[in-house]
Order: sequence, then structure tokens, then C-alpha cells
Amino acid sequence: MAEEQKGFFRGLMGKLVGGDAQPQETVIPPASEPEVRPGFFERLKKGLSRTQENLIGRIDTLLLGKKQIDADTLEELEEILLTADIGVATSVELIRALEQRLKRNELQDGEALKRALREDILARLEKYAAPLDINTSTPFVIVVIGVNGVGKTTTIGKLANRYAMSGKRVLLAAADTFRAAAAEQLEIWGERAGVDVIRHQEGADPSAVVFDACKAALARQCDLLIIDTAGRLHTKVNLMEEMKKIRRVVGREIPGAPHETLLVLDAATGQNAISQAKLFKEAAEVSGVALTKLDGSAKGGIVVAVSNEFQLPVRYIGVGEGVDDLRDFDPQQFVAALFQ
Amino acid sequence: MFENLSDKLDLVFKKLRGQGVMTEENVKEALREVRLVLLEADVNFKVVKDFVEKVRSRAVGTEVLQSLTPGQQVIKIVHDELVALMGGGEDNSLDLAAKPPVAIMMVGLQGAGKTTSCGKLARYLKGQRRRPLLVPADVYRPAAIEQLKTLGRQLSIEVVDARADQDPVDICRDALQYAERSGFDTVIFDTAGRHQIDDFLMDELVRIKGAVDPREILFVADAMTGQEAVNVASGFNERLDITGVVLTKLDGDAKGGAALSIKAVTGRPVKFAGIGEKLDALEVFHADRLVSRILGMGDVLTLVEKAQSVFDAKDAERLQQKLKKSQFDLEDFKAQLQQIKKMGSIDSILGMIPGVGKMMKQLQGAQPSEKELKRIEAIIDSMTRAERANHSIINGSRRLRIAKGSGTSVQEVNQLLKRFTEAQRVMKQLQKLGPKGLMKGMGGLGKGMFPFS
Ligand SMILES: Nc1nc2c(ncn2[C@@H]2O[C@H](COP(=O)(O)OP(=O)(O)OP(=O)(O)O)[C@@H](O)[C@H]2O)c(=O)[nH]1
Ligand SMILES: Nc1nc2c(ncn2[C@@H]2O[C@H](COP(=O)(O)OP(=O)(O)OP(=O)(O)O)[C@@H](O)[C@H]2O)c(=O)[nH]1
Ligand SMILES: [Mg+2]
Ligand SMILES: [Mg+2]
Repeated sequence: MAEEQKGFFRGLMGKLVGGDAQPQETVIPPASEPEVRPGFFERLKKGLSRTQENLIGRIDTLLLGKKQIDADTLEELEEILLTADIGVATSVELIRALEQRLKRNELQDGEALKRALREDILARLEKYAAPLDINTSTPFVIVVIGVNGVGKTTTIGKLANRYAMSGKRVLLAAADTFRAAAAEQLEIWGERAGVDVIRHQEGADPSAVVFDACKAALARQCDLLIIDTAGRLHTKVNLMEEMKKIRRVVGREIPGAPHETLLVLDAATGQNAISQAKLFKEAAEVSGVALTKLDGSAKGGIVVAVSNEFQLPVRYIGVGEGVDDLRDFDPQQFVAALFQ
Repeated sequence: MFENLSDKLDLVFKKLRGQGVMTEENVKEALREVRLVLLEADVNFKVVKDFVEKVRSRAVGTEVLQSLTPGQQVIKIVHDELVALMGGGEDNSLDLAAKPPVAIMMVGLQGAGKTTSCGKLARYLKGQRRRPLLVPADVYRPAAIEQLKTLGRQLSIEVVDARADQDPVDICRDALQYAERSGFDTVIFDTAGRHQIDDFLMDELVRIKGAVDPREILFVADAMTGQEAVNVASGFNERLDITGVVLTKLDGDAKGGAALSIKAVTGRPVKFAGIGEKLDALEVFHADRLVSRILGMGDVLTLVEKAQSVFDAKDAERLQQKLKKSQFDLEDFKAQLQQIKKMGSIDSILGMIPGVGKMMKQLQGAQPSEKELKRIEAIIDSMTRAERANHSIINGSRRLRIAKGSGTSVQEVNQLLKRFTEAQRVMKQLQKLGPKGLMKGMGGLGKGMFPFS
């Protein structure tokens, strides 16, 4: 039975890590007859689609009719922050800051509270915000990493276009040799931006692509080399090792490189982005973040946590699938949109 | 690393033991924990609110049982209600009961995993002796057609020819006719990723739907999606009336709470789970597994599957034999540790195991586990073969030598030996589980063999 398995595992792991010695009883009895009251979904569905509540709207509702801001209010506010995809740790931190302000009598009313919250979030983003300067080295090497489907290849296409337009010699490396037609995809972006792409066959060793690309970037005296890597989930040890190897090869061929390791995050991602940032940073010394797909309805609140908890600047935002749909990150605008 | 819900609730209810019934007051704190766990798992706040209300009404007034702690009781209620909300027990099989060729349409946000899921589904259907045809109707994303064609080649499944300058609706209509003429019984349409607020592209989907009259419209959703999942899913559902959901990228550490939100707003069941990039990484979805995952009760199954992928079948076999003879020795203990190391960051593994939150707390320091494992390994490495095979010969002077050799202290060696004897005892208990024991599952015998799959 499942229970015994769980109990056993708990016990075994206890042995291995030196925790609780007793294999414990299982907590969860098997699910009994689910009891679904008719109409529950209907009610829920209605409630959900009626409201497109935003951060400010929810804060307003919370503060409605409250003369005084108290601890309970702050507790609920913490939940509201969580619901903007701002992570747990950062939400708690923001609430602590508000508590301090409350103690100092700075929060007289709801308006003051909202203003303070905005300031606190903005301050955290501005603390690390810094545009990427690619003029510090030649060639300047950017390795682009992230989980599957977040928009790495597209962002690279846009970056290539931007820097090629500004007169830089740009070279792209198709080091995603795994996903079907990944290199073809990057090649099309290369054509759009008018830059060359170094690629091998599908299934080739990504490090070999990177090796060739570094050689080519040096030989052709490129200003910028951008390396596209395969999407990988941060929990996969082998794939993370492969990525580390890519970075090592770059460093060996071009001393000091990579100069930027850009982590791409999808604006629709929730709490998992924190785990992504943590593990990618540990494995690959992430130095900046690009936030994609902000043209949709998701606001990307999670970057507040990512930037704050991992001291990472957000460099760029993606606002569409076109070649021009890349912007520098602007903390002011971002926070304004978050509260809208 | 945060503790799991049951640890938290046990803490909340510590005072309550032995009292009569759960009251509004003492359930309140517990429900706050429940709320936070769900929010941390990306379940939409509105869904959470309604859900917690439901749990409250069930919990308040419940008798406190002697057999379960109140925390466990609340967890049980939460668990059951979540499974119900997730549609556990409902039929979530693929509906192909229509006149062939049966059309299946895949829709969703950019990068969710539609194209890959098309390939996986085609493979799955081929395995069921159907004859699927793949249709690339994404003319926008660079090389999207080529991507599907490549998957088709890998699977030896035909992919319709299409060009990026064609109208997706035409591609689909023609493909369906072609399927009819050529005797394909299932047609899978891969559509371009799009935002639900993009009217032009949403209209396009509606037109494709009109042209091919799909039996299934599967909304492909990334398990990592946050709060916005609600708006996205209802956007797609309102325009297309989806029939089911494919939840992708569950092979990572995302909790997948978005699935609850999607189910809640659309009422449509999750039919499949994507658990990897490869084309065989598709599973029929199980609501109860997702709920265990969200509640942090240890997705034992995920752990086992992960273990399965790294456990050398032969090693497992050997261990199995040894277990039979009750010969689990220090060598095996070390091998186990190494296997666990191979499985990835110990923290991510531990997170999947029930009750570990509590244990982790007992260990001091931020991340002692990896370090401690290294020391254990060093100690075992400093033993002789004979010592490893039979730990009872390790006397005082041997302990001193081992401690010196491994750069640890005698106390640490003692501690390890004590822990090992306990592990040995657990191994024996496992043996009692009989042929359905855990190692059997790890021995590469396949998921089907697993007692709780
Ligand atoms: N609307 C919108 N779509 C985007 C944006 N960035 C990327 N996309 C789309 O997201 C999808 C995935 O983008 P890719 O660039 O292929 O993502 P990736 O990270 O390279 O994916 P893998 O290599 O498969 O891991 C494509 O359909 C892109 O067009 C953006 O800023 N806005
Ligand atoms: N780890 C993992 N990766 C997946 C899974 N499903 C899809 N992917 C990966 O996610 C990325 C995006 O997958 P696609 O199939 O291209 O997604 P899509 O929805 O067709 O993307 P667009 O057409 O650009 O909107 C690819 O790198 C896939 O390999 C899954 O279940 N697990
Ligand atoms: Mg890519
Ligand atoms: Mg696609």
C-alpha cells in the first residue's frame, strides 16, 4: 500500500540524513468518496470570470471601510502580494517594512499604505537594475539560459537585431542541438536580423558548437556573440552539467567570457521562477534576467522576488513575437503596470 | 526549504490534542496555513478563498479523533476536497468516439508545449493502434512547421505538408480532407501559441474549430504558470469551449497548482501530464498525485520514478538479493547514498518525501544534508572491506582509525554506525512488505508494477 511506502521512505531517509529514527505513520488516508456539491464549479467559475481584479483593486477592497491599518490588515496584504506572484520571502519582507512604517505612524490611511508599498517594491527593483553594457569587452559573450519554452531563442533574435542595427558585428551560436528544429528557428532569426549563425547537426555536442562559435567570433572580429542553449528544467542534474560545460568552453576560448549569463523568465510563471533563479544562479552565475511575454495579461510579479532575493538586475523585457519587441527594463514603468 | 503542510498543521494543533471538537477558533490558524500552502503552489487566490471556505465548513464541529491528530484530520479534509475539486474519480480519458477521422486540436499560450504534446499524443495513439496524422497549423513561429515535421520523422508518423505563407484555416481544412481520403483515423492539429487577449489570433482558432469540428480541444498549460492561469484558461475556454487540459513540464519542481485554477474555471479535466521533453514523456493524469504534490506530502511516486531513471537495474537486483538474505551492509548503505546523490540535489529529493520538513529542522545549519552525506561517505571509504561487510567487528581501535582516516571524529563514526543499524532494521521491515516492496519498483520493472500506480 501507498502508506507503507511513504512510511518506509520517510524512515529510510531519516536514517540517511540522521533525522527522526521512527518510520512514522502515514498522514494521509486514501481519498474517500469525493463529495462534489453541484453548483460549486458554477459559482466559482462565475466569481472568477467576473473579476479581473488587479493588485490595486484587491488592496482597495481590503482597505474598504477600514479606519485603521492593523496587523490583521497587513496579514491579508501579505496574501494579496502572493497573489501578484510576488514570492513568499519578498512578500513577508515587504510586510515587515510596512510594519515598521506603521510603528513610526507613517501609514495614516490606505493611500499612504499603497504609496509605501509601491515605493518599497520599486526600491527593491531599482537597487539592482542596470542596463547591460556590451562595450566592456570584444567580443562580448552572452550565454542565454532558462527552462523550456520561456523565450530564449526569440529574445536572442531580438537582441541580435537590436545590436546589429546599432552597427555591431553580431554572431549567434545554436547550442540547442536537442529540440526539434531549434537551429532552424535560430537561423530564421539570424536572417531577420542579418547576422550569421553557427550551427551543427541536430544531436551534436552543444559544447562543440560553442567552441566553433568562439573561434569564429574571434576570427571574424565580432563585437557580440550570443549563445542559444536548449531549454532545461533547473532540477535536471545532467542538463545543468551540460550547461556548465558550455560556460567552461566559452571561458577557455575567450578569457573572461561569458560576460553575461542571461536567465530568461516567462511573465506568466508563478512561484517556480524562484526555484529557477536559485538553481540557475548556483550552477551558472546568472548575471541578468530577461522577462518575456509581458504583452499578455500576466504582469510578471515574480521578478520582484527574483531580483530582490538573488540580487539580479532585470535587463530586458519581451513585449511580443516581432523582431522589435524588446525593451530595456524600466522599474518605474514595471511597478506602475504591476499596480494597474 | 519549507516544511510541508502536515508538519505545519501538527504544530498549529499541538495544543488541541485531546480536546472535543474543532472550533471556529482553532481551525482558523490551520486554515491560514492551508491558504498559504495553496498560494505558494500557485493556486489562484480566488480558488483558494472559496476552497478554504469549504474546508472550514467541513472542519468546524468535527470531532477530534483519537487515532488521528487534528492536523492530520484537517489534512485529510483538505486532501479529499482538493481531489474532488481536481475532478478525481471523474472520467478524464481522451474522447475519440466520433466518426473517423477524429480531430484533436491543441491550443494554448506561447511555449506551453503544444507542438511537443502533439508529437507525444500521436505516439500514444499509435501505441493504441490508431493511425494519427499530424497537422502543422502554426505559420507564425519561425520553424514551427519544421519542428513538427522533425517530430513526425522521429516517430514515423506522417505530417501534412504546409507552408508559412498559407492560411492556417486552409491548412487544417485541407488536412482533414486528406486524412479522410487516405484512411487516417485521428488528426492532431498543432496551432500557434497565442495570448487569450489577442482577438485576431483567437478568432483564427474559432475558425479552425469551425472548419475541422474537433472532438477534443486540449488546452496545453505549463505547470509553472502562476496566478494568471485563471484568466488565460477562461479566455481560451470562453472562445473555444475546450474539452480538456494537458499539463506540461511536471517533471520539474513546480507544484502545478495552476491546474487547480484551470479546472476550477473551466470545469474541464486534465487529461494528460507532460513529464519530459522526450516523446514518450506523457502520462495519463492522476488528480490525487497532483494533490499530494501540492500539499507537499511527498510525491513518492515522482521520487521513485526519478530513482528508477538513475538506479542501475543490476545494482537494484543485487540489493534485492541481499535484502532477501538480510545482508544489507555498509557497502550497500554507501551505494544507496551514491544513488541518492545521482538523483540530484538532495534538497529537491528530500522535498518529495513526507515528513522531511520536520527532520530538516532538526538538522542545524542552512544546508547540512549534502555536507553530511559527504562525511558519511568519507567514513565508509575509510573502512576496510571486511568492516564494511560486517560492521560488528568495528571495535574501539578500528573506530579511531576510521575517524582519523576520514578526518572525522569517533563520535561521528559512532553516530553513523548507529544510524546504519537503524537503516538495516528499516530494510528488514521493507522486506516484510513482500514482493511489492519498494526496491522491486526501483528494479526497473516499470511503473505498472508499482503497487500504488
Ligand atoms: N507574445 C510573446 N511571445 C513570445 C515572447 N518571447 C517569446 N515568445 C514566444 O514564446 C514561444 C517560445 O519562444 P522560444 O524563443 O522558442 O523559447 P525558448 O526558450 O527558446 O524555447 P526552448 O528552446 O524550446 O526551450 C514562441 O512562440 C515565441 O514566439 C514575447 O515577449 N511575447
Ligand atoms: N521538461 C519538459 N519540457 C517540455 C515538456 N513539454 C514540452 N517541453 C519543452 O518545452 C519547450 C516548448 O515546447 P513546444 O512544444 O515548442 O511548445 P509550443 O506550445 O508548441 O510553443 P509555441 O508553438 O512557440 O507556442 C520545448 O523545449 C519542449 O521540449 C514537458 O513535459 N517537460
Ligand atoms: Mg530555444
Ligand atoms: Mg508550437
